[in-house]
Amino acid sequence: MAETALINNLEPPARAGGLQGIVADWSSDQRAFKNVSWGKAMMWIFLLSDTFIFSCFLLSYMTARMSTTVPWPNPSEVFALRIGGREIPLILIAIMTFILISSSGTMAMAVNFGYRRDRVKTAALMFVTAAFGATFVGMQAFEWTKLIMEGVRPWGNPWGAAQFGSSFFMITGFHGTHVTIGVIFLIAIARKVLRGDFDVGRRGFFTSRKGHYEIVEITGLYWHFVDLVWVFIFALFYLW
Amino acid sequence: MTNIAVHPEAQQHSLQDHGHHAVASGAAHAEGQQHPIKLYLVVWGWLFVLSTCSYLVDYFGLQGHLRWSLILLFMVLKAGLIVAVFMHMAWERLALAYAILLPPTVLLVFVAIMVFESDYTHLLRMIFFAQAT
Repeated sequence: MAETALINNLEPPARAGGLQGIVADWSSDQRAFKNVSWGKAMMWIFLLSDTFIFSCFLLSYMTARMSTTVPWPNPSEVFALRIGGREIPLILIAIMTFILISSSGTMAMAVNFGYRRDRVKTAALMFVTAAFGATFVGMQAFEWTKLIMEGVRPWGNPWGAAQFGSSFFMITGFHGTHVTIGVIFLIAIARKVLRGDFDVGRRGFFTSRKGHYEIVEITGLYWHFVDLVWVFIFALFYLW
Repeated sequence: MTNIAVHPEAQQHSLQDHGHHAVASGAAHAEGQQHPIKLYLVVWGWLFVLSTCSYLVDYFGLQGHLRWSLILLFMVLKAGLIVAVFMHMAWERLALAYAILLPPTVLLVFVAIMVFESDYTHLLRMIFFAQAT
């Protein structure tokens, strides 16, 4: 114990930055991610793998759209809504985009208040984020209903290339599933935060380490990723 | 956290001295991830502006290369803001940033391969569908 006490009192050595820092971090016998907990590192690695999944969907959509000889339906017209007797292009998708960005903003602030140990504000902002997410899923359900009523199916649609339906349902469906899981995850963690599980070290999932509000940031990483994927879907599927 | 070598001992310590450990780790975190709320509000505002811009591209019906380059520009800017500030990648050590951000760039090769592939498929379809009619 005397030895460990000695180690405890020592200041950790300054770490190299830049390219030297990468080599030093990866080549040591310890762990590559020095100041990142396993939970955060694993969430990042999961998000990386999820990136490849969504990329495969978007790439298959690109391949289908580039190789079809039938004209692709114009998303600007397909997703237009009639408001006040006027066709406004893509308006529903624009509103969904703003809602998801707002939810990302509230999530970022929740992470900030979490690290300040303001558990009421953290939980409140997380519930707001979850509410935005639920609204987004609701609007997506409305969009799906509208398109299915108009005759869009995975194997065909009234306006052009048959692959439009399959690409649309696959990409937005998978993204909507991610949002739904995120909402559930957010509500579960927000409830723990509000109850003070992270202050008292109450036993349970994610709460074993006392004084750690890091799980709020990890939840936030997932949530921001969902928003990030939507940025790409919005640009490549709806606007292109 | 301070150093990995300390970690097992730190856990032992926490058994005896809960308060000390919690305060110590809390301080370490506050140091790493404390940013003023204003920063998030500014980024939020920029994301709104950029989203509005990309929506206006469609609203005004811009076409051709101008449309595609604008869409890609706004997309990359938004993605960069989210990853750098909201996901705190700008403040992580480079070892993590490179481990996460470099692999997706390989996707550009995949995109290039599939562009050639779909061009070829399109050509074949044009030839054979033209013959069929």
